[in-house]
Amino acid sequence: MIRAENLVKTYVLGGQVVHALDDVSLVINEGEMVAIRGPSGSGKTTLMHILGCLDRCDSGRYFLAGQDVSKLSKNALAEVRNRRIGFVFQNFNLLPRMSALENVELPLHYAGRHDALRAARTAMETVGLAGRSHHEPSQLSGGQRQRVAIARALVTDPAILLADEPTGALDSKTGEEILALFKSLNAQGRTILVVTHDAQVAAHCQREIYIHDGKIAVPPTGDPAVHQIGSEAELLPEAV
Amino acid sequence: MLFWMIVKVAFKSLMANKLRSVLAMLGIIIGVAAVIAMLAIGTGAEQQILDRISAMGTNLLIVRPAPRGTAGVISGTQLNLTDDDARAIIKKIDHIHALAPVVGRSFQIKFLNQNTNTQVLGTAPTYLPIRDFEIGTGKMFTDFDVDHWNRVAVLGPVTAANLFGFSDPVGQTIKINGINFRVTGVLKSKGDEGWYNPDDQIIVPYTVAMHVLQGVTYLREIDVQCEAGSDLDSVQSDIYAVMRQRHKTIPGMPDDVMIQNLAQYVDAFSAAAATFTVLLGTVGGISLLVGGIGIMNIMLVTVTERTREIGIRKAIGAREFDILSQFLIEAMLMSAVGGLSGMGLGIGAAWLVGRVSPFPTIVRFYSIVLALVFSAAVGIFFGFYPATRAAKLDPVEALRYE
Repeated sequence: MIRAENLVKTYVLGGQVVHALDDVSLVINEGEMVAIRGPSGSGKTTLMHILGCLDRCDSGRYFLAGQDVSKLSKNALAEVRNRRIGFVFQNFNLLPRMSALENVELPLHYAGRHDALRAARTAMETVGLAGRSHHEPSQLSGGQRQRVAIARALVTDPAILLADEPTGALDSKTGEEILALFKSLNAQGRTILVVTHDAQVAAHCQREIYIHDGKIAVPPTGDPAVHQIGSEAELLPEAV
Repeated sequence: MLFWMIVKVAFKSLMANKLRSVLAMLGIIIGVAAVIAMLAIGTGAEQQILDRISAMGTNLLIVRPAPRGTAGVISGTQLNLTDDDARAIIKKIDHIHALAPVVGRSFQIKFLNQNTNTQVLGTAPTYLPIRDFEIGTGKMFTDFDVDHWNRVAVLGPVTAANLFGFSDPVGQTIKINGINFRVTGVLKSKGDEGWYNPDDQIIVPYTVAMHVLQGVTYLREIDVQCEAGSDLDSVQSDIYAVMRQRHKTIPGMPDDVMIQNLAQYVDAFSAAAATFTVLLGTVGGISLLVGGIGIMNIMLVTVTERTREIGIRKAIGAREFDILSQFLIEAMLMSAVGGLSGMGLGIGAAWLVGRVSPFPTIVRFYSIVLALVFSAAVGIFFGFYPATRAAKLDPVEALRYE
């Protein structure tokens, strides 16, 4: 489903060259639920941006569902994001002043589909929020907002679901519920990629890709976060 | 579908910042109101004067001596029009309803200790119906008075008021240039027409004006009223022919009289009025432009404020065009709401001006369309730059924006 070869991305920050991604290659197969884990500043967010077609790599090749998307134009990338990728963000990123249902409909409108309303209702049912369709995001709880965001990501039937710290802004119980939802979606055959710094979240996935200093690395042994609720790692804020 | 969703969201975001939106739209509101109100005043003035001109009848021909001169340099007027010419015109040419010889000059007028200086117009009784004058009190002098050089006068209402105050002038005797004239009547007021005031003049028999007052043998002009529905051009060429014959103009030389008709006046006046209206419209247009800058300002703020929203929209697949059109529609909605409010305000202002001031106002449909189209264009023009900025935002940067 995803094949990335030798991805390189460098930034110049205050005169210093930062190698955000340094020769990263990875393969994610259809139906997998994979975690990309790494500490702050490891380059995992950059990797997610490139895998999510929000950004382009400096060199390397990236195949999404068999299509080389590493050299596409901005508008073509927008279309790839629209049809093949569903994003779920840490802070939900729903649009204010629009109902939950309208938020879910939006990607379909950009795709120019005429069955937007029906598809959006189905997606809201999938995440178990059919009864809250006409509430605005500000009237929903954090867990409900994240469910709406997941419905929005699902509604276009994308090749891959990209979740960036999906539980980061939720309490642990709600976080567990959201992860359970991801798992059930994965059980239905959905390919899911979860980006997180949290080993405990990563533990819910079938396998994990550990990033350190822009490279794929072996995770350090004896990670204190693993299988330990309320750990230090969970409390650490994610530096942006 | 997407369009209505965008309009709905745009409307909600305008409502979320009511004061700011109103302030941004104020420029457009005032601009549109100014265009409509100013054009209404301009059109009203134009219509009023055109009405007066056509009330005199557009089948009026005015025969005047041609200006003399070579190569376009006018070096005086020929003094060649006589009352015999006038008699010849009415005798030889068909389709003429009435005719009035006209001669005139300013004189000192006295009544007891009151005196004034005004135009004394010598003409025939036919002048009144031709030029749409009516007698207010007393009566007009007659052809008998003209033929017998009787020293009788009809006063314009302003002249009458200047000389007599509130007392009745009919039957009184005034002195024109030291010569006694008996007042037979006073005209009804027509109102000031700008280039001259028809209410401030004295009308006397043209024979008296020529031979007694001015001591001349020529006329200033001959006013010819054609029969209703007759062909003005053919009457005009008939008059030219009679004049060439009477004045023994050598074939090949230009005519020594010129004939104007009121249709030409109407054309000339319309052209001048159009210039005036364009001027007023431009002033309003400039204020619309200023209003557009206000909208651009607010749209730039909005784009910055909603950077994150733009990032989200891009992440879920909005193309540059989608973002561009969204912000353009918002700018247009703002200018359209402003334009409609301005339209209401402008029509209201025009109505109020018409009610409380002596200027009549006419709101023409085209001025409303013009103002609205212009304000929409301003919205597109000034919304374009902020919308382009929004569309060009990098999605990663935009998503990171706090």
